[in-house]
Amino acid sequence: MRYAMAIDTKKCVGCGDCVVACQTENNVPHGYCRDWIVERVDGTYPSLSLELRSERCNHCDNSPCVRCCPTGASHIEEGGIVTVTHHKCIGCGACIQSCPYDARYSHPDGYVDKCTFCLHRVQKGQNTACVDVCPTKCLYFGDLDDPNSDVSLAIKDRAWKVLAPEAGTKPQLFFLT
Amino acid sequence: ESKIEGPASDEDLTPYPTYCEVCFWKCAAWAYVDKSGTIRKVIGNKNDPHCNGRLCPRGTGGVGMVYDEDRLKTPLIRDTRKDGSQYFREATWDEALNKVADKMKEVKEKYGPEAFGLFNHGTPGGQFHHLLKAYGSESNAEPAFANCRGPRSSAYFSTFGAYVGSPENTDIRDTKCLVLIGSHIGENMHNSQVQEMSDAIDKGATIITVDPRFSTAAAHSNHWLSIKPATDIALLMAWIHVLVFEELYNKDYVEQYTFGLDYLKDHVKDMTPEWAYGITTIEPEEIRKTARAMAGAAPSVIIHPGRHVVWYGDDTQRGRATAILNALLGAWGKRGGFYFPEGVSVPAFPHPHFPEPKWTWKDWNEGRYPLATMGITTEALKASVPRYNYKHQLKAWLVAGTNLPLSMPDKRLFKEAADAVEFIAVMDTMPMDITGYADVVLPEATYLERYDALRASPNREPNIALRMPAIEPKYDSKPGWWIAKQIGERLGLHDYFNYDDYSEVIDWQLKQLGTSLEEMKKVGVKKYPRKSGPLYLGDDEDFEFNTTTGKIELYSVDFADHGFDAIPKYTKHPEPQPNYYRLIYGRAPMHTFSRTSNNPNLFDLMSENSVWVNPKVADLWELENGQEVWLKNQDGAITSFPVKVRVTERIRWDSVYMVHGFGHSNKKLSRAFGKGASDTEMVTNVMVDPIMGGTGMRGNFITFLTEDPVMEGKEVKA
Repeated sequence: MRYAMAIDTKKCVGCGDCVVACQTENNVPHGYCRDWIVERVDGTYPSLSLELRSERCNHCDNSPCVRCCPTGASHIEEGGIVTVTHHKCIGCGACIQSCPYDARYSHPDGYVDKCTFCLHRVQKGQNTACVDVCPTKCLYFGDLDDPNSDVSLAIKDRAWKVLAPEAGTKPQLFFLT
Repeated sequence: ESKIEGPASDEDLTPYPTYCEVCFWKCAAWAYVDKSGTIRKVIGNKNDPHCNGRLCPRGTGGVGMVYDEDRLKTPLIRDTRKDGSQYFREATWDEALNKVADKMKEVKEKYGPEAFGLFNHGTPGGQFHHLLKAYGSESNAEPAFANCRGPRSSAYFSTFGAYVGSPENTDIRDTKCLVLIGSHIGENMHNSQVQEMSDAIDKGATIITVDPRFSTAAAHSNHWLSIKPATDIALLMAWIHVLVFEELYNKDYVEQYTFGLDYLKDHVKDMTPEWAYGITTIEPEEIRKTARAMAGAAPSVIIHPGRHVVWYGDDTQRGRATAILNALLGAWGKRGGFYFPEGVSVPAFPHPHFPEPKWTWKDWNEGRYPLATMGITTEALKASVPRYNYKHQLKAWLVAGTNLPLSMPDKRLFKEAADAVEFIAVMDTMPMDITGYADVVLPEATYLERYDALRASPNREPNIALRMPAIEPKYDSKPGWWIAKQIGERLGLHDYFNYDDYSEVIDWQLKQLGTSLEEMKKVGVKKYPRKSGPLYLGDDEDFEFNTTTGKIELYSVDFADHGFDAIPKYTKHPEPQPNYYRLIYGRAPMHTFSRTSNNPNLFDLMSENSVWVNPKVADLWELENGQEVWLKNQDGAITSFPVKVRVTERIRWDSVYMVHGFGHSNKKLSRAFGKGASDTEMVTNVMVDPIMGGTGMRGNFITFLTEDPVMEGKEVKA
């Protein structure tokens, strides 16, 4: 079992619904977020291209945040989901520094917080909140080991890329281009 | 603030049905309430055709409307101190309602009930419209008509004898070619349309976007036509020329259903792509190529009618040009084009006949704008100012759910009118810019705390949706229906409000529709079988259109009869002077007009607007990304607040772009006050559509002020 997500940049409109849905689902405090939108414009008017990406933790196979955690609060759950056990976290922030995706933040209650791939939903067989809400249906979630999962089917016949491959983290977010 | 940590399990939450009021799309949803009585999240209703279980960011963030600590909490009454300064004091509901009712009685005696006007928007507006009609006035107007979609209503009605409605009857999910002209789906978050456009992309539909700005939709399109602003009709007429003279139009359809092809053919004979190139800057070959792409997809093709279409004052005619294209392609009444919508007719709760007013909104116009189908807001303002000397004048206003200072162009007119009237009552959930002008402020409960009228918008399948309270109203706020009824009772209009709770009205209506409040509380949305026939025209099916000729009118007999052009003409519009740039404004997907800027969840996504400036222009002015500037327009108006520059290739060098709805001047909006600038302040030149009174707002030009322009008259309202 290997949970992963695909993001279709040809459909994303950058509305930020994934961000609010995560905020209300996971009770993320105002002023913070576990996922976010990146806009990249290339070219000169009128020969332009625009890429919109919904980004979050890459739930890396080789996760520097887990390796550097001094207390074991950052760890890997079943299916490769990287999470933080809040009461074990001392808020040192080493993981924040080590993440090439800037996917973690210091929660005002003193621990480090991040995307959990909605572990509490996934364990019940549901999709993540961001996937379920996306009006363009540009987010796909599932088990990469299952060839018929939404995410496996989404990346099957499409070109895709990962972010910061040079960091060697083996990220599990696939951006369809 | 909630002390809850981490996600709640859905099993511990109770869902209550609602439909969203953060925008006008009105998606049906479930509000999930935890055991402490807190709404934790709002999730789309899977059975709802407006959202298919997926709300947009505003709907998802709708919970922020409830828990915004800046909400209006009690009724307020304007009072004057001994030194003459004014302030709002808290009042009881009884005092506030008596004050409104007393003023309504006074106006009725002195001037007649017609002199009491209503500005309204959204669902609660309907409750006050009912109150006004019972009282004897039909002097109502909403910005949604003349400031927004009115021109397309007149355009499509004159062509097809039908309106495109809301949600629009565009069959995007099955289209093979979608043409967006100044319509930026994805930035306007009209939910099911955004969803269907995404489906169309998956299915390989051709998307053609015409926009001077590289919009999100343009970025997702096969063809982006980066048109010179204000020249759209020339492009549309050239497309018509190509379809007609390359004989690409749907001949059987045009023969059977339309009137006026010969007139049209003669009219467009010189409007070649080469002619249009000199006007629009779009290459002739690109015009031909895109016209052929449309024809290749016909009849599964949509030239989108747009929504906010008040640009240059010839907007009804531009709408006509898109309607004519749709007709030539045979798209109306065809799969992948425009379907025939059907709605549920909800019976009115029994009440006596409304009294007949001596004059209505139609009479403000005094013969101008003969094809207006709703009250024109700018005419309502002029009717409020004695120096315009209108035969029928407004003396007092009720404003329900619309923030006029930011939604009305020509701020001077608005202020003059607001100063001229004797009395203004404002009902809203938030201390908006308009509440500062009120004599009485009535705090409304948010949509998640109240019953409201059933939603029954036409769609592919007729359907209804229920809104019920998920929690009790916070603070001392009250549902719109309650406020309207309380005023009505004080006016002796009990027979028009013959219920104790609005749930009785809904239950009675639902029983007439073969269901009940009990059932609707469980399902939220109920669908009904169609009675009006299939979604589409059958092959060669006889069909009579609701127009003068019974045909789709390529040549509008009605327009000709009223002295308007029967077929659209291209008119050249003013261009910016040196050092000035055309102001283009639009929407961001996470905000609705000016009403969501202070919503804590949505503020997180976008806290202010910026002014988009092409890098070439930025170089010329030595403007840097993130630098604050003030904007000044051709008439010398200056923004109340500075706005940050966004240097981007996504906008042309002759224009700037801003997201509408920022630059709030009410300090009681603790987050949104002074964030960004109001585009509306820059709209002082209004190009009025002679056909239906639309207020064209794209003929305004701005320049940059890099120093704080401290000047008289640049007031910030406390």
